Amino acid sequence: MSLIDVENLTLQFRTDEGLITAVEDVSFSLAPGEVMGLVGESGSGKSVTAKALMKLNAANAVYDPATRITLHLDSGPVDVMSLKRPRDMEIVRGGAVSMIFQEPMASFAPAMTIGSQMVEQLLIHTDLSKRGARDLSIEMLDRVGISDAASRFNQYAFELSGGMRQRAMIAMALSTRPKLLIADEPTTALDVTIQAQVIDLMKDLVAEFGMGIIFITHDLGVVAQTADKVAVMYLGRMVEQGPVREVIRNPRHPYTRGLIDALPQLDDLDKPLMPVPGDIPSPLERPEGCVFHTRCTRIIGDICRTAVPGWADTGPDHRTACHLCHQDTAA
Amino acid sequence: MTAPSQTAKEAYFTASQRQLIWARFKKQRAAMVAATVLVVLILSGLFAPFLSPYDPTVAGRDKDYLNGAPQIPKFCDKNGCSLRPFLHTVTRERSLATNFRWVEKVNEDERRYVQFFVQGDSYKLFGFIPGNIHLFGMDQGYVHLFGTDSAGKDIFSRTLHAVWTSLQVGTLGVLISFVLALAIGGIAGYYGGMIDSVIQMVTDAVRTIPSIPLFMAIAAFIPPEWSAETRFFVITLILGLVGWPTLARRVRTHLLTERNQEYVLAAQLCGASPSHVIRRHLLPSFTSYIIVDLVISFPYVVLSETALSFIGLGLKDPVNSLGVMLQNVTKADVLLNYQWYFIPVLFFIALVMAFVFVGDGLRDAADPYSESRK
Amino acid sequence: MTEELLIETRDLTVGFPVGGRLFNKKTLKAVDGISIGIPRGSFFGVVGESGSGKTTLGRALLNAVPITGGHASYDDGEVRYDLATLSGAELKDYRKRAQLIFQDPYAALSPRMTVRDIIAEPLEVMGLTNSREETDTRVREIAAKCRLNLEHLRRFPHAFSGGQRQRISIARALVSGPRFVVADESVAALDVSIQADILNLLKNLQSELGLTYMFISHDLSVVAHSCDHVAVMYLGRIVESAPTRKLFAAPRHPYTKALFSAIPSLDPDDRGRAQKLEGEIPSPTNQPLGCKFHTRCPYATDLCKTHEPVLQVEGDHAVACHRWQELL
Repeated sequence: MSLIDVENLTLQFRTDEGLITAVEDVSFSLAPGEVMGLVGESGSGKSVTAKALMKLNAANAVYDPATRITLHLDSGPVDVMSLKRPRDMEIVRGGAVSMIFQEPMASFAPAMTIGSQMVEQLLIHTDLSKRGARDLSIEMLDRVGISDAASRFNQYAFELSGGMRQRAMIAMALSTRPKLLIADEPTTALDVTIQAQVIDLMKDLVAEFGMGIIFITHDLGVVAQTADKVAVMYLGRMVEQGPVREVIRNPRHPYTRGLIDALPQLDDLDKPLMPVPGDIPSPLERPEGCVFHTRCTRIIGDICRTAVPGWADTGPDHRTACHLCHQDTAA
Repeated sequence: MTAPSQTAKEAYFTASQRQLIWARFKKQRAAMVAATVLVVLILSGLFAPFLSPYDPTVAGRDKDYLNGAPQIPKFCDKNGCSLRPFLHTVTRERSLATNFRWVEKVNEDERRYVQFFVQGDSYKLFGFIPGNIHLFGMDQGYVHLFGTDSAGKDIFSRTLHAVWTSLQVGTLGVLISFVLALAIGGIAGYYGGMIDSVIQMVTDAVRTIPSIPLFMAIAAFIPPEWSAETRFFVITLILGLVGWPTLARRVRTHLLTERNQEYVLAAQLCGASPSHVIRRHLLPSFTSYIIVDLVISFPYVVLSETALSFIGLGLKDPVNSLGVMLQNVTKADVLLNYQWYFIPVLFFIALVMAFVFVGDGLRDAADPYSESRK
Repeated sequence: MTEELLIETRDLTVGFPVGGRLFNKKTLKAVDGISIGIPRGSFFGVVGESGSGKTTLGRALLNAVPITGGHASYDDGEVRYDLATLSGAELKDYRKRAQLIFQDPYAALSPRMTVRDIIAEPLEVMGLTNSREETDTRVREIAAKCRLNLEHLRRFPHAFSGGQRQRISIARALVSGPRFVVADESVAALDVSIQADILNLLKNLQSELGLTYMFISHDLSVVAHSCDHVAVMYLGRIVESAPTRKLFAAPRHPYTKALFSAIPSLDPDDRGRAQKLEGEIPSPTNQPLGCKFHTRCPYATDLCKTHEPVLQVEGDHAVACHRWQELL
C-alpha cells in the first residue's frame, strides 16, 4: 500500500510569453519509509512537481484535469487536487506532508526566534499545548544534533551557521511527524563537509521515524548515498525510474547515461568529461516527440522526433521512456 | 492560449529592456485605461485655449448669466429635431416671489445653434501661437457646459485651462526635484561612506520640514506686486525644492544596489572610469524605476499646489488652477445652490488617479526580473 | 622547480576592517600569509569551503581588493609587476593581461546590453581597437571560439540558459587577450551536463590561447579532473598544496582527507571512507588559536591548539600540519 500515488501530473504556467509546460505526464508512487531521489537539472520540473504535491505552486499554474495525486493516510485517501480551501490544505502543508528547502535562511522568518516558529507550527497542526510544543521542539533540535538546544531555541535564524540552520529546518519539518517529507535541494547550498553531516542525519532520521522522503537534487552522488529509488526528469518529463543501484549501474536512458558520464569521478581522473551535447532548450521551445531528441546521441530515426516514448521495462522495477529501449525489449 | 510562435520567441529574445517593459505594461488593463485618460487630459490641457469656447478670465465673462447652471445643448425639442445641437434662450430676472433669487424663463421657441470652429476671443496657444478659432461656440449668446461662476466666467473654459496650469506646475516642479535628487542622491549612492552619511543627514533634515508652514512662510514673503506669472514660477520652484528628498533617497538606494552588481565589477576590472560605469551601467539600470517615481510624484505636486492656492497662498487670479477655482467653494450659498462649481474636482480626481494607475502599472511592468533561475 | 612562475606570492595577506567602534577596529584576515607559485600555462586549482578566503585571494591577485601585507608579483616574460603597488599606467596594462570569470552567470551580465556589446565592452573601455569594424571582428572571433554565433550576438542575456551565459562571460573575459584568468567558481552554478562542457571549453581555450588559469572551486571532483596542481585553503591559510595526482593519491593534511571522504560517492554501496568531520567551520572573525583546523581535527594535540604549523615543503608537495608524517 503506497504512501502517495501521482498519476499523469501535467502542469502549465500562464506567463507573458505564453503557456509554458513545466511538467508533463509525470507518474510515480512512494511507499512508506521509502526514499526517492528526484533528479534533474534546471528546467526539469522537479521542484514544480514537489510543490504540486503540497499545492504550493504559483497562482498562474494550470493543472491538467487528468492529474491525480492521492495521499494515503491512516484516516483514508486524500485527493490532493480536489483540496480547495486553506483549511483543507493544512493537511498537506505541514501536517502529513512537510517540506524543507534549499535556502534555510529563506524559510525562517528573520524577526522571530527559531523556537517561536517551531512552536507556531506545532500549535497549528497538533493538539499540543504551548508548553508541550516547546518541549517537543527542544527535543527535536537536540535530536538533529544541535548542541545546547534549549538556548538555540531562543536564537534567531541569522545567529546560526548554514549547517545549523538546515538542521533546525529539518527539526521543524519533522516535529509534526509527517508521513511524507519533501526535501528540495537541502544540501546544495551547504559546504561539502557539512553536506556529509546532513546526509548522515537524514539517513538516521529515516531509520528512526519511518517517513517517506522525496529528495530533490541535481547531485547524483547524494542520491546514490541516500535514496532507495531514483527518478530522472528532463524538461518536465520523467525519463527513467528504478531502484538506485539499477539506475546508476545500468542507466538505460541516454540522458541518464549522459549525466553519469558528465560527472567528474575521483576514482578515474584520466577519464575525459563527456558533456551532454547541445544546450537545454528554452521552455518556450519544447521539442516535439521525445523531449530529449535534440541532444540525444542515440536517435534511432523519425520516431524519436515525432512520437513521445512510453514506458519500457528495462529491469526489475526499472522502466525507461525511450524508443531505443522499446526496440531492445521487443527484440 | 496557444504555445508561442517562432517569431514571437525571436522577438522575445531580441527585445530590449524597454520593449519588454512596454509589452508587460500593455497587458494591464487598468493601466492602459488610465494611460488613455491621461493622454486625453494632457491633450485637453495643451489645447485648452482652442477647446474652450471663451476666455477663462474676466475678459470673457457672460454678464447676463452669473452663477448660471450648466447648459447642455439638445438635439430635439417640442418643435422637432435638428442635426445641429441648440439651446433655448433664457431670460433671467430677480423675482420678488423667490426672495430675489434668479428665476429663469426658458423661451422654447427661440433657438440658438451651436457652431463649430467659430471665431471668438483671441488667445495664445502654448503661450506664443496667436489665434482666435475655438472648437465650438454659439451663433448668438453663450453656451456654458459647466455653468458659470459669480462673475459670469465659463467654468468649462476655466477647467480646461486649470488642467493645463496644473500640468505645467507639476512638470516643472517634478523636474526641479528630479534634477536635485539625481545630483544629490547620485553622489551619495555612488561614493557611499562618509559622503553618503553626511548627505543622508541633510536629506532627512530637509524631509522633516513641515510643508504647509513652510509654504505659508514663503508665500508671505512674496511681494504682492509681483505678476501672476512670476508668482507661478516661484511657487513651482518652492515645490520642487521641497520635494527632492524622497526622490533622492530612491536614487541613492538604486545606486547602492546596482553598484554592487557583478557586471559593474566586471566593467571596473577592465579599468572602466566611474563616468563610464555610471553612464553605461548604473543610469540605464534604474531609468525605468526613476520614471515610475517621477510619474508617481506628479500628483503630489499638483495636490500641494491645489492646497496652497485653496488657502490663498498660491496662485491667484487671473492664473487659473484648481486651487484657485476652489477658493470660492466654501461659501454656504455655493454648497446649497451652485453645485456645478464642483465639476472641476471630478477632472482633477481623474487626473490624479490616472497618474497613480499609470505609475503603478509602470512599476509592475518594470519590476519583475522574472528570468528562469536555477 | 625550473618552471617559470606567472604569479608568485610570499606571505600574501588581505585584511578587512570590520565592525568595532571608530577607534577599535578589528581586522578580519580573509587571506593570511599565503605563499604560492602559479607556473605559466598551468591550470592551478584552489579549493576550499566557505570562509577559506579563496575568492578574496583571486580578487587580490586581480587588484580588485587591496593587498594589505606580503608580496605578490606577476611575470609573463614581457613585463613584471609588483601586484601590491600597481597603479596608473601599469595597472591599466595589467588589466589587459589578467581577467576574471564570475560565478553567477545571471548576475555577471548586464541585462540591458546585447551580447555583442557585453563582449565588446572591455575592448572599448581599454581602447584596444581603433574602429567599430575591428571591434566587431574581434568580438566575432572570440564568440566563435566560445560557440556563440552571429544570431546570439544580437540577443539580450535573458534569452540564454546558464551554460550559454557562462560562455558569454568567458568570451568577455578573453576578448582582451589576457594571459592570466581567474575562474571564480565558474561552473558552480551550472548543471552537471553543462559543467563538463564549460570545463572542456576552458581546457581547449587554454591550449589555443596560451592561458594560465587559477581555478577557484569548492568542488574537489571538478578540480581533480581539470587542474594540474591544487592548493587547499582553510580559514585564509594554505593547508596543503601538491600536483593533482599526488594530492589525490596520497593526501597528507587531515582536512584534505576529510574533504575527500565527504564527497558522496556515486556507488551506493560505498559508504564513504573513514573520516567525516564534526562541528562547524569557525567564523573568520573568530579564528581559533594555534592551528586553525584543530577545532574539528580528530588528531589534534595540545601542540596543535597553541602553535600554528608552518607550510613544510617537500619537493612539489607542501603541507601545514604538525603531525602529517605520523598520520600517513
